[in-house]
Amino acid sequence: MTHPTVIEKLAVLADAAKYDASCASSGTTKRSSKGVKGGIGSTEGMGICHSYAPDGRCISLLKILLTNHCIFDCHYCINRKSSNVARARFTPQEVADLTMAFYRRNYIEGLFLSSGIVKSADHTMEQLVETARILRHEHQFRGYIHLKTIPEASPELVHQAGLLADRVSINVELPTDSGLTRLAPDKNARQIEGAMGGMKMAIAQARDEKKRFRHAPTFAPAGQSTQMIVGADGASDADIVGKASRLYDGFRLRRVYYSAFSPIPDASAVLPLKRPPLIREHRLYQSDWLMRFYGYSAQEVVQATDSMGNLPLDIDPKLAWALKFREHFPVDVNRCSREMLLRVPGLGTRAVGQILASRRHRTLRLEDVGKLTVSVAKVRPFIVTCDWRPTLLTDRADLRAMLAPKAEQLELFAA
Amino acid sequence: MTALQHVRFGAFYAVHLPQPDDFSFWRERARQLVQCDVPPDRVAWLEPGANGNLFAKGESRLPTPPADARAVRASKAFVQAAQTAICHADPARFDLLYRLLWRLQGNPRVLEDRADNDVRRLDELTRQVRRDIHKMRAFVRFRVVPPDPDAMGRETHEHYIAWFEPEHHILRNNAGFFTRRFAGMRWSILTPQGSLHWDGETLCEGPPALKADAPAGDAMEELWRRYYASIFNPARLKIGAMLKEMPRKYWKNMPETALIADLVAGAQGREAAMVAAGTVDMGERPETLAAIDRAIHACRKCPIGLLENRAVMGEGPPGAPLMIVGEQPGDQEDLAGKPFVGPAGQLLDRHLERAGIDRQAAYVTNGVKHFKFVMRGKRRLHQSPTAKEIDTCRWWLEGERALVKPKVVLALGASAARSLLGRTASIARERGRPHALDDGSELWITAHPSYLLRLEGAAQEEQERLFAADLAAVAGRLAELVE
Repeated sequence: MTHPTVIEKLAVLADAAKYDASCASSGTTKRSSKGVKGGIGSTEGMGICHSYAPDGRCISLLKILLTNHCIFDCHYCINRKSSNVARARFTPQEVADLTMAFYRRNYIEGLFLSSGIVKSADHTMEQLVETARILRHEHQFRGYIHLKTIPEASPELVHQAGLLADRVSINVELPTDSGLTRLAPDKNARQIEGAMGGMKMAIAQARDEKKRFRHAPTFAPAGQSTQMIVGADGASDADIVGKASRLYDGFRLRRVYYSAFSPIPDASAVLPLKRPPLIREHRLYQSDWLMRFYGYSAQEVVQATDSMGNLPLDIDPKLAWALKFREHFPVDVNRCSREMLLRVPGLGTRAVGQILASRRHRTLRLEDVGKLTVSVAKVRPFIVTCDWRPTLLTDRADLRAMLAPKAEQLELFAA
Repeated sequence: MTALQHVRFGAFYAVHLPQPDDFSFWRERARQLVQCDVPPDRVAWLEPGANGNLFAKGESRLPTPPADARAVRASKAFVQAAQTAICHADPARFDLLYRLLWRLQGNPRVLEDRADNDVRRLDELTRQVRRDIHKMRAFVRFRVVPPDPDAMGRETHEHYIAWFEPEHHILRNNAGFFTRRFAGMRWSILTPQGSLHWDGETLCEGPPALKADAPAGDAMEELWRRYYASIFNPARLKIGAMLKEMPRKYWKNMPETALIADLVAGAQGREAAMVAAGTVDMGERPETLAAIDRAIHACRKCPIGLLENRAVMGEGPPGAPLMIVGEQPGDQEDLAGKPFVGPAGQLLDRHLERAGIDRQAAYVTNGVKHFKFVMRGKRRLHQSPTAKEIDTCRWWLEGERALVKPKVVLALGASAARSLLGRTASIARERGRPHALDDGSELWITAHPSYLLRLEGAAQEEQERLFAADLAAVAGRLAELVE
C-alpha cells in the first residue's frame, strides 16, 4: 500500500477537527519576531480571522488532529474507534512544517492541535507537546498555539503543554454527567474537572510568579477554554447555562464554546440523526454574552427559559427576559444606571457607553438614541426620553409578536 | 493684538498635502491655521491628484501665526482618532478633522458627545479605516519566489510577494505589523498606491505596482485550498455570516475563495446524504425463521451483500435455550451454507463438548449473515465487518432472537457482542459475567474461536483456558435456568 501524501492526510485530519468550535487566537501576550534571529510570527492581543468558510465560521488557526486514530468510543465523535472513517496520522515534524508554510504565506495565526488517543494518553500528549516544541524552539515560531490537553495524561506533560502554548483546553463534551456516561463511556467527568482544576492552579501560579520575577516562564497566557456539545443528549438550555456558569466560576475559563451537534458520517445508532436548529447554539452564545458582559447571573438567564428549560428560538434571550419582567421597564435613558441600560433589548455595550457619555452633554431625545443604536424600533418600547414615552406599550399582550423578527426565507448568497 | 490682524479678511486658503495619509503635515498646517483664526469654511484641503475645486484657487501661502498666539488644544482621543481617520479615502476627511479641531478650541470635550454629527462621522471614518487595516492583516496572501543566486552569485533568501488592494490609505500604517510578524522573512507587499519591501533588516517604500508584478501562484495554495474545503462543515451553512466578515471585494486576491460556489452548492446534498446513510429502511420483519432465511438471501442493505457470496442462516431447534452467535460466515461456511463448519467451528465443537454443552440443542448463528472478504490471488481473505455493517445486519439477528427466544446468548468475539449490545464491547473487561439483554435473556461474552487459532504457545494456552472457563460458566448457568 502506498503511503498517503501530506495533502491526503491534511484532508482527513482537518475534516476530523472541524467539530471543534474554537478558533480564537486572541487574549494572549504581545509578542513579535523582531530581533529574534530567523524568527517568524507575532501576537498582538487581538485575534485575526484569515478567512471564513461558507459555514460562517472564521478560519484563524490551522485546526487539525495529529491523528484521528482513537482508542476511545464516544458516540458523538466522528473519530470514535467503531467509526468507519478514513484514518491518517501526521508526525509532529509534518505538522510543524505545514504550520510554518501556511503562516509564512499569511494564511493563519497559528496552530490549534488536537488528537485522537493513540496507544495511551501520555503517548499522545507527548506527541502534541513535541509538535509545539519544534515550532517554538526549532522554527523560532512566535505565533499562536492552542493545544488540546488530554485529561488522562500525566500532569507533568500537561504542564509542558502550558509552557509552550498560548491556550490550553480540555473539553467537558456534554453538559450533564449522565450524558457523558451514556455517550462517552471511556471518559470520566471527575477526571475532566480535576484536570481543569489543575490547569487553573498552574495558570494562577505562573501569573503570580510573573508579577514577582520578570523572567518567570509564561504559562498558557491566553488561559483555558472548553467545549460542550449541544443537542446530542437531552440537556435543556437551563442545564447548559448552569453548567457553563459553574465552569466560568469554578475554573476561571476564558471561554465556554458550544458546538451544535451536527450529523456526522457513519453516525452511531445512539444519536439523534437530525441536527438541533443552529439558532439554538446562537441563543446559547447570546446568553453567554449576557453573563459575561451584561451583568446577568445564570439564574436570571434561566428565568428567560420556558417551562422545558429552553430559551425561545424566535427572539433573543435578553428580549425574552425583558418581556417576562416588564415591571422593570421603561427606563429613562437620561437618568438610569448603566446596569439598567444594559438590560434594554437592542442596546449593546457600545451603545450604552455612548449614551452615558452623550447624556453629560445633552438631554437625549429619541432621535439621538436612534443615532446610537441599530434599530430604534426595538429599543423604543423599553425606554423613556425627553420627547418619548411608550404609553402602555410594555403592557400590551402582543408586544412579543410586534418585536419578534418576521419569519423569512433565507436566500442563498444574500449579501 | 488679535490673530485676525494677520489674516487677510475673507481670504481662502488651499493646503496641498504631499501624501494622502500625511498626518504630521496636516497637523502642522492645521495648528498654524487655528492660531491665525482661519475658520473651517475658509480652508480647502487637497490631496495629491485631487481635482481642483472652487477653493483650489485659494491662497496656498499660509499666514504666520502671531508670536503670542495661544497653544492649540486637542485631546489625546482626538489626536488618536485623527491619525487613523486621515488614512480614509473620503476626500472630506481633512475638512472634518479641521472642523473638529476648530470646535475643540471652544469646547475641549466635544468628542464625548456621541450624538453629534461630526463626532459620529469621525467615529465612522476611524472604524472603517481600522477595519480595512484589520482586513489587510487578515487577507494579504504571500506567494513565494524561490531563492535564486543574485548577479554576484550569492545565494538569496526566498522572496514572499503579495498583491493587495486596500480601500483606504493604510499601507504605511500597516507596515509595522508586517515587520513585527514576518521579521525573519524577505517580503514585499504590492498595492496600486505603493509598495513595501522588507529584506529582514530594513523597510523601504516603493512606487505603485500592478497585479502582474506579483507571482501568479504558489504550490502551497493547493494544500491551503484542500484545508479550506475540509474544515468547512456542510451541515451548517451560514453564507450571510461569511459575507459579512469576508465581503466579495476581497475575494479576487484570495486563493481559497474560488471553492466557495461549489462548496455551497454541494452542502445540502452532503448533509442529506449523511442523514440518509444513517437510516436504513429494512421494511417489515419476517415472522418465521424460514422467511428470515429467504429474506437474508435477498438482502443488499450493506456492501457485504453485494459481494459474491451467499447468506448463511442460523441453525438449531426453535426454542433452543442457548443461542451461540459468531461474527460472520467464513470461506467454508459460505461454501457449505452452514454456520461454524470450518476450523473455528471444529475448535468450538471440541470446547462445547468438553463443557458439556450439546451443540445440536443450541441455535448457532452469526451477527453478520454474509461472508466479507477480499480476493488474494485465488483465495478469499476474511475481512472484519465495520460497525456500520454489524449495526445494519443486527436487524436479522434480532428477528432470530425474537423467534427462538433463548434464555442464554453466547457472543463469540467483539463483532458478535456489538451486534447484541449495539455498542463496542471490550472482551477482556466484559467476559465472565452475565449482561442483561432487553428481552430478559442473559448475554455472555467470550473470545471468537478463530482468535484462539491465531495464537501460539503460552498465549494460546492462556486464552484457551479463559475460553473454556467462559463456556463452563455458561453451561452452569444454562443448567440453572433450564431446571
